[in-house]
Amino acid sequence: MQQKDVLPMKAETEADKRSAVKPVITGSEAVIRSLIAEGVDTIFGYPGGAIMPIYDALYDFQDQVHHILVRHEQGATHAAQGYSRASGKVGVAFATSGPGATNLVTGLADAYMDSTPLVCITGQVAASLLGTDAFQETDVIGITMPITKWNIQVTRQEDIPAAIAKAFYIARSGRPGPVLVDITKNAQVGTFEFEYNKCEFIRSYQPVPELDKEAVTAAAALINSAKKPYIFCGHGVLLAGAENELIALAEKAQIPVASTLLGLSAVPVDHPLYGGLLGMHGNYAPNMLTCECDVVIAVGMRFDDRVTGDVSTFISQAKVIHIEIDAAEINKIIHADVAIHADAKEALTALNQLIMPAKHDAWLEEFRFGHKKEYDKVQHRELYPESGEIKMAETVRLLSEKTNGEAILVTDVGQHQMIASRYYRFKNPNTNITSGGMGTMGFSIPAAMGAKMGAPDKQVVAVVGDGCFQMTLQELGTIYQSQIGVKIVILNNNFLGMVRQWQQLFFDKRYSSTEMVNPDFIQIAKGFFIPGKKVTAREDLAAAIDEMLAHDGAYLLEVVVEKEDNVFPMVPAGTPVSTIRLE
Amino acid sequence: MQKEYTVTVYTEDRIGITNRITIIFTRRGINITSLTTAETEIPGVYKFVITVMSTREKLDKVVGQIERLIEIHRAFVHEEDEVVYQELALYKISTKALHTAGDVERLIRENNARILTITADYFVIEKTGHQQELIDFIKKLEPYGLIEYTKSGRVAIVKWSRRFHEHLKELDKTVASY
Repeated sequence: MQQKDVLPMKAETEADKRSAVKPVITGSEAVIRSLIAEGVDTIFGYPGGAIMPIYDALYDFQDQVHHILVRHEQGATHAAQGYSRASGKVGVAFATSGPGATNLVTGLADAYMDSTPLVCITGQVAASLLGTDAFQETDVIGITMPITKWNIQVTRQEDIPAAIAKAFYIARSGRPGPVLVDITKNAQVGTFEFEYNKCEFIRSYQPVPELDKEAVTAAAALINSAKKPYIFCGHGVLLAGAENELIALAEKAQIPVASTLLGLSAVPVDHPLYGGLLGMHGNYAPNMLTCECDVVIAVGMRFDDRVTGDVSTFISQAKVIHIEIDAAEINKIIHADVAIHADAKEALTALNQLIMPAKHDAWLEEFRFGHKKEYDKVQHRELYPESGEIKMAETVRLLSEKTNGEAILVTDVGQHQMIASRYYRFKNPNTNITSGGMGTMGFSIPAAMGAKMGAPDKQVVAVVGDGCFQMTLQELGTIYQSQIGVKIVILNNNFLGMVRQWQQLFFDKRYSSTEMVNPDFIQIAKGFFIPGKKVTAREDLAAAIDEMLAHDGAYLLEVVVEKEDNVFPMVPAGTPVSTIRLE
Repeated sequence: MQKEYTVTVYTEDRIGITNRITIIFTRRGINITSLTTAETEIPGVYKFVITVMSTREKLDKVVGQIERLIEIHRAFVHEEDEVVYQELALYKISTKALHTAGDVERLIRENNARILTITADYFVIEKTGHQQELIDFIKKLEPYGLIEYTKSGRVAIVKWSRRFHEHLKELDKTVASY
């Protein structure tokens, strides 16, 4: 099949034609001007041979576009993700061809799983060399096809504006996701008459489905007659900006809310109807009560296996209302009795008008009872230990108290992530940035950099394990060079803690390749001119956190925590949620 | 239960669209048994007809994931009895056999086949039908010296479709984006 030769531009009016003196510029300059037209002011990237013309064009626009030179292209994608999640804008990353492009793969896959809008621009060898195994040529379109929402290779300079316009439209509309635009070198250097028109329509793509009023009515009927209704709050609530509508629904009919990992921060942790975190290492009550509820209102979530455990038993007794903008997620894992294929905000707004005020005191009491059980058995000793080594949970508690739950918390992957997600008391939407679907170790340091760039007035704290830190620690160089004031808390147990926990519980304590002999993290930070402190004693912890938070600029705090601490509760993988273990 | 299904997909005309569709089957370990694609009556809109052995449950999800692709208009999964379909086969036979065996003509007539071309060395028979009929015909021709056999994928038309042509024509009024 052939690609279209002609770019359909908006029909020009007669006036346009008369006044049309379109600038003749290079493809590279067109890239930068197109990005500026989309409101881009921050780019994370790394130059190389095939993208040099674009970097050369960037040189002339330094007053409008701030380029952050990362230390590895993976860092550029995670930084762009953090930037996007903190600012609500599309994150932009640049990389060269070949290894530059392949280094984007992990970040693209992560952004695809976690619905983060990115536009990644890669340089490519000249069109005449495509397919010849030229130096640093790789089929990045083929490689990234399954992990991008859309991608395109541009081989002619005059196609650049339309490709970038389409990329931004696709990345940010509907269920957001990463997009990759691969531009051959000849297109970067060739000149043409530049004109930019934003993309507002693609005939084969319907990002915002029409709200089905009948489905909303059916959902309202189910909720109004429910004895034990239960709201699952997913990332889609944050993406749609529907936090208030969700809380309004919960309050009107007194419905408890539990959050998925990516849905955290949509509902303040101290809200009386907030029940806690769903999933493998979520809270006891919200997990157990999935077996009790009679109507589930799942909003902007996709029933990940870490949430459902054994799918055949998960909420099998309940009627399910699934509000979801991505049709492919509806009925993918859990059958929806009422499917509302819509934007969460639009659907909840319509739903709220049909909901009757209700009380579910006994049902809410079950959540409080379950919470007390978890608090007594697990949380109290984790949060307020009086002896022994420092606990991860008490560190997160102190951090939460001292930031008043208002920091942007960026977590990596593993035990520290689960502990931070369980115990940080989020107050404001979009303050939880983590790698959920992909579980990408090494996410947090670059993502925190991006988050700080996207929300410079906020305190941004990365909580990271000793294993994860060493996957992307080179980004300390970026933090130093660009003077990005992120705080980094390493919870160091000298283990790949989550894998070790599984080995302890399911592999007979055979600790295969999980113990880490670690370097001196403070010396490493010092090498990057980042101040830091190592804490090993409980009595020094609070003051050290204070010092870190008060420091103007980047700071690294290493907290040596209990070596063989476990995260509980835990639902063993693939088992019914009711098998949740408290110890 | 695994059985044969026909999946139809309407797409924009784009480089790589075949790859985008097929990797969704690959991910779930579904083997594509035939794939036919060609432009529809609307320039720039293509139709894929894909046959697979799988389950309805899996294919409903696959079709959802195909429809999620930006440059896909619609995708459908059809049970065997929901489509009218044909495949086309060509059979190359040595001309000598035609002269020595008397009943090739009867065979062609009885099987609704036809001769496309005859040369001094070989002749080519065309037959349309369902896969099994086309394979059965091989056996009948083998005694006459079958030189080569080839078969197309499936083309299918949906029994329950209404106004499909009209819908496609409406699409033609809009402009395909870049």
